Amino acid sequence: MSDQIHSTKFQDKIERNVFIMFIMLAVLLSVGGLVEIVPLFYLKGTMEHNQHPEIVWDRKDGQTLADWKAGDGMRPYTATELAGREVYIREGCYLCHSQMIRPFRDEKERYGHYSLASESMYDHPFQWGSKRTGPDLARLGGKYSNEWHRQHLVAPRSVVPESVMPNYPWLEKGMVDGERTQATMSAMQMVGVPYTDADIAAGAAEVRGKSEMDAVIAYLQVLGTMVKLDDAVSYRD
Amino acid sequence: MAIVYLVVGTLVGVWIASELAWPVLNFDLAELTFGRLRPLHTNAVIFAFGGCTLMATSFYTVQRTCGVGLWSNKLAWFVFWGWNVIIVLAVITLPLGLTSGKEYAELEWPIDIMIAVVWLAYSFNFAMTIAIRKTSHIYVSNWFFLSMMVMITYLHVVNSLAIPVSLFKSYSVFSGVQDAMIQWWWGHNAVGFYLTAGFLGIMYYFVPKQANRPIFSYRLSVIHFWALSFGYVWLGAHHLQYTALPDWTGSLGAAVSLAMIIPSWGGAINGMMTLSGAWDKLRTDYVLRFLIMSLAFYAMSTFEGPVMSAKTVNALSHYTDWTVGHVHSGALGWVAMVAAGALYHMIEKLWNTKMYSAGLVNLHFWLATIGTVVYITAMWVSGIMQALMWRDYTEFGTLTYTFAESVAAMHPYYAMRAIGGMIYWAGGAIMLYNTIMTIRQATAQPQSNAAAATA
Repeated sequence: MSDQIHSTKFQDKIERNVFIMFIMLAVLLSVGGLVEIVPLFYLKGTMEHNQHPEIVWDRKDGQTLADWKAGDGMRPYTATELAGREVYIREGCYLCHSQMIRPFRDEKERYGHYSLASESMYDHPFQWGSKRTGPDLARLGGKYSNEWHRQHLVAPRSVVPESVMPNYPWLEKGMVDGERTQATMSAMQMVGVPYTDADIAAGAAEVRGKSEMDAVIAYLQVLGTMVKLDDAVSYRD
Repeated sequence: MAIVYLVVGTLVGVWIASELAWPVLNFDLAELTFGRLRPLHTNAVIFAFGGCTLMATSFYTVQRTCGVGLWSNKLAWFVFWGWNVIIVLAVITLPLGLTSGKEYAELEWPIDIMIAVVWLAYSFNFAMTIAIRKTSHIYVSNWFFLSMMVMITYLHVVNSLAIPVSLFKSYSVFSGVQDAMIQWWWGHNAVGFYLTAGFLGIMYYFVPKQANRPIFSYRLSVIHFWALSFGYVWLGAHHLQYTALPDWTGSLGAAVSLAMIIPSWGGAINGMMTLSGAWDKLRTDYVLRFLIMSLAFYAMSTFEGPVMSAKTVNALSHYTDWTVGHVHSGALGWVAMVAAGALYHMIEKLWNTKMYSAGLVNLHFWLATIGTVVYITAMWVSGIMQALMWRDYTEFGTLTYTFAESVAAMHPYYAMRAIGGMIYWAGGAIMLYNTIMTIRQATAQPQSNAAAATA
């Protein structure tokens, strides 16, 4: 029975040799990933700022992150925002809140202009999320006051009675660590976020005395406000 | 251990489901909030329960089908202890908020490195056991296990590439759209290879064994295997339709997803038809019931999956509970049921005994089936309702509902989902009790059978 071939010769050969099977699998399994992932790194059309350079902040020599104004374009997060983002990830906010608005009429009215790929170009890791147990946060910045956010994070149901969000009272007590923030900025610089050495040096002083609550609110308030999007422009073909 | 993790993992799931229905259950404790426990739930069920089941069944299957013992028992013990240490570390670090922030791959970099080492040891031991086999051909189950091992190695290594900031914090080297694509390439293939290919390996051994009949069609299994292995890899992009991912990538993912129904149903039919001529066994053999019901759920969720990846449906279903329901119909209905069937079979063989109580096996079966159905029904209704509320317009052309109103409308379904989860959990707890009693009973009598490497 073992000498009989039940399929093609090639299949039979594979079934008799674990090494050939391993090689076949290694090659076959790499195809889908290579085709879908690798082009995203070099195709110019992937990132909108290749066609619309105004999406990214044109930073002049000697300018600090504080010289940036809302709408000037994508810039790296300030030290405080970055510390806030770390809290956002730590608490798993992305498991219930997306940061990715799709190009539908209802989403535009509810959340704002659809999200661009370039808007998350400095997000390591991305925070698009996959579930909206709570609303999308991609353009949350500027919609509510800092005071509202503080109240909402400590006791969500005191401002939104229907909410199922947990209370986050401990954010008021936790303080941001300056050295940790600087280390995070350096890591971001290593993976291509354009922080200058001066940005990193100034990072510790910027976060001094700030609570995790201050940081996370700073992060929430900048979401979606970096780029000024024009409804008349088609950013994607 | 797999059964313990099933019970623990689903318990955490029930807990966080209840948190969504009754937020007071968060108790204002950071370690108990939904955002921190959800990764623990997914890691516990996928990697602790799923992982232990896969390792146990694959080591068992490879020895039985190759006619030899494991290449190295020592290495198998290393895999067992290594994997369990990883699980313990996950239980400690995730509630502390130590996370890389990538869904289904939250564990931080030192643990990621340990996973890679243990996984390679496991794969190497498995492949070497095949290499020293006494049979001429490699059995179909082992193709699937091998495919899983190669792919998970790819996925884990690429997706976990990160720059450490401290011992327990790192940041992905990829950003934005590329990170998203890599993450979902990982995310969907954790499902596709870990929870599908691996568990199909289980199916191809344990279904014919338990039914005592040869597999329905050899040719179908060849097609099933190669088409599934090649196709699954492409599917991740369907998680990112209409996002800032370029349109071509999402469409490609959707197109391959639609085609995937062919190998998936091929596999499901192959498993079910193995019973042809022996359907009466379902009346008396409760373990077989698990295996066949799991294939029914497999067929259902692999039909649902391609439907959901079609762009028009995805526009509705994405971001909603429908996705959560889909995952659970696969996870509870397919993965955990086929695992339960295989584990019952294995326990009886390894301890050379019968289960302590066949009635309890039957009770577990019904609890699992009812729990799954309650759960997924709740999620279908809430998911579709959510999506329709979000996109509903009044006659004046304004949005009808605020987001908060859609959250309030979910309450009864979230409660129902928690109840479905509880029923399922009760089934798992009964399995654990039954297993402990079986092993006690068996070890009380003199027995000759050698214990497996991992259990």
